[in-house]
Amino acid sequence: MSGVAGPGAPSGTARAPLPCAARAATALQLGGGADVARPGVAVIDLRFPRGGAADLQEIVFRNFYTAFLSVRVQRAGAEGSRKWVTCLRDYCLMPSPHTEQGSQDYFSLFRHQMLCDVDQVTAVRFILRQPSPVWVHFTIEELQIYPLNQKSPEKDFPSWLSQLTPLEQPANLHGELPDPEKVSTEVQQMWVLTEVIRARQAAARIGRFDVDGCYDINLLSYM
Amino acid sequence: MVDPESGLSLTIARIVQRLQGSSLHSQLERQARVSLHKPEIKLESLKEDIKEFLKTSGWEKKLQNAVYSELNVFPSPCHPAAPPEHMKEPLAYMRKAQRPVNEQKELLNKWNEMGTDEPDLSLFRPVYAPKDFLEVLMNLRNPNYENGEQPSFRNHLGLIQVPLKVKDIPELKEDFSELGLNIGQLGIDDSAQVPPEFFENEHVRVGQKVLTEQDSAAAQQYVRQGCPTALRADLWALILNISNQPEDVLYYEQLKSNVIQHDLLVDSLIYKDVKLTASNDDYYFVFEDYLYQVLLCFSRDTSVLEHFSYSSATPPKSYIRGKLGIEEYAVFYPPNGVIPFHGFSMYVAPLCFLYHEPSKLYQIFREMYVRFFFRLHSISSHPSGIVSLCLLFETLLQTHLPQLFYHLREIGAQPLRISFKWMVRAFSGYLATDQLLLLWDRILGYNSLEILAVLAAAVFAFRAVNLMEVTSLAAAEAVLADLSTLKVMPLLQIFLFATVT
Repeated sequence: MSGVAGPGAPSGTARAPLPCAARAATALQLGGGADVARPGVAVIDLRFPRGGAADLQEIVFRNFYTAFLSVRVQRAGAEGSRKWVTCLRDYCLMPSPHTEQGSQDYFSLFRHQMLCDVDQVTAVRFILRQPSPVWVHFTIEELQIYPLNQKSPEKDFPSWLSQLTPLEQPANLHGELPDPEKVSTEVQQMWVLTEVIRARQAAARIGRFDVDGCYDINLLSYM
Repeated sequence: MVDPESGLSLTIARIVQRLQGSSLHSQLERQARVSLHKPEIKLESLKEDIKEFLKTSGWEKKLQNAVYSELNVFPSPCHPAAPPEHMKEPLAYMRKAQRPVNEQKELLNKWNEMGTDEPDLSLFRPVYAPKDFLEVLMNLRNPNYENGEQPSFRNHLGLIQVPLKVKDIPELKEDFSELGLNIGQLGIDDSAQVPPEFFENEHVRVGQKVLTEQDSAAAQQYVRQGCPTALRADLWALILNISNQPEDVLYYEQLKSNVIQHDLLVDSLIYKDVKLTASNDDYYFVFEDYLYQVLLCFSRDTSVLEHFSYSSATPPKSYIRGKLGIEEYAVFYPPNGVIPFHGFSMYVAPLCFLYHEPSKLYQIFREMYVRFFFRLHSISSHPSGIVSLCLLFETLLQTHLPQLFYHLREIGAQPLRISFKWMVRAFSGYLATDQLLLLWDRILGYNSLEILAVLAAAVFAFRAVNLMEVTSLAAAEAVLADLSTLKVMPLLQIFLFATVT
């Protein structure tokens, strides 16, 4: 399974995943046994080519029956040393590991969800856990890593955005105002989406359709 | 999973896109323009005044209802990297299991060979009866699931072998909390012995208030305790956001003219189905004409194709002869993409008691189909899909009536074989009509079909004593043949809230 610049980058944004070489998921083996046990733990290692380092923005993947995910990153520390740090611990992908919920869903991990800083990362290790014995295989697929800061909207803010009527403050703000950075990114995102909508056609139907002779069975071919 | 902030923006964008260009949008614009003549609208605070006007004149409520309706019907947006078929059905092996499409193609072949002008109805075998569909569901397997040959904890004891997540009774109690023992229900607390001052009068008063407010969300919450018969038609129309505007009536008339001008071969299937099911039913035979009107128009209605974006099924496509593979010459056959199966007309029949005007009846049925009924005959992992309902039924029965389940299994009468036909038809034709409508009140109120599985389990619990004495599948079917005397709400309440586990 390779993670080289995979397909499916979201349209409308100018970002491309980082090229990286990932080795296939290897299961944890307990030494000394003749029987191959199914330990329920697998590891996927990912390194950037030519020993490069990158700042991570987002990790996107498709789950295949993995229940819990931990992510460790290797960072270039001071004085040339490299340290492994856990940035995500036991993230739940399948809330009920014996059943299908979340088993084949797509997931995104963002940098703000990480426990530690994910800048200057040289390698990423995904630790997959599936405690339920009913599944034959488990892994994650279509792994893509997006680096920091690739998109920037070039147009100006339309004037009506600055006149947005304030919403009623929700009661549980605990006396703090929301982070202005967060609010501005949210508003930016909404503006981008409204621009896209305006450019696109409305989805509502015109409301007329003529069932004419094209439904005559003799005219239709069958495959 | 989508980042929660962008998820909200995506939902907003999607709803705006759907409502933009709709008749509601143009009506709102027209109202705003008209309001400019009013004295209370001042130029300095134009935006605020117009918004205030729309709020007081009830137009904001209509917009709220439309947004609420969109939120209810369409699933939350998927992850941006997910392809569109993932939104229809996330599990790959279920997508591959959509068998009815193949059978539909076979049927197209067969029809072409027959070539009779006046179709002899005996030649048209129903495309599938519930029994065939159950066989398909029984054979669904996840290739990644260890289904060993030896019986073990991995094998389900029932017929469904797919490990979907289903709710247990504590979760169901929480979800259906309004059906609790200490909350008034229509179907229980409006019986002759209970004085109406205790519950019924107040409930009717609240219902009338909800109708004057014209609030969809409030109506949906209200019907969880049942609908008074006099208010039911209007409340259901409010929940489904059907307003029967002139353009809707016009659309229906257009469909009717299509019926008169062009024949479709599915019409024969519809005729046969109505004759075999609804016409033989004591309650519904009087509505035979209505059923034809609704179903013949339904099969020509291409707006139904929109629901395939969130349904796991795909409509069968055909091409004009000689233009195989060229998209401009592709048509969906039938035009609405839905091939009626045996018993399909029973989805419409109970609605005939509520709506007498054909265009409104048609719209209500169409909305109920694209929200609920399509899940009962397509293979999907959705919690309200038929596969999950079957698994929920079997799990409830195993957990709470283990002796009964074991006994029935031993005599070769797997309980799902009996209850499947009830659930596929949403109990239509099996329960008395007033009880059925009380049940469908709750389907609308909770926006989910899980109550069908709970009721099926409750029926088995009710007749458990008799069922323990039977010794064959036929005898078990005989015990459960007649449900017309059952009262739905007491059964549900006892099973959920009063059974000692």
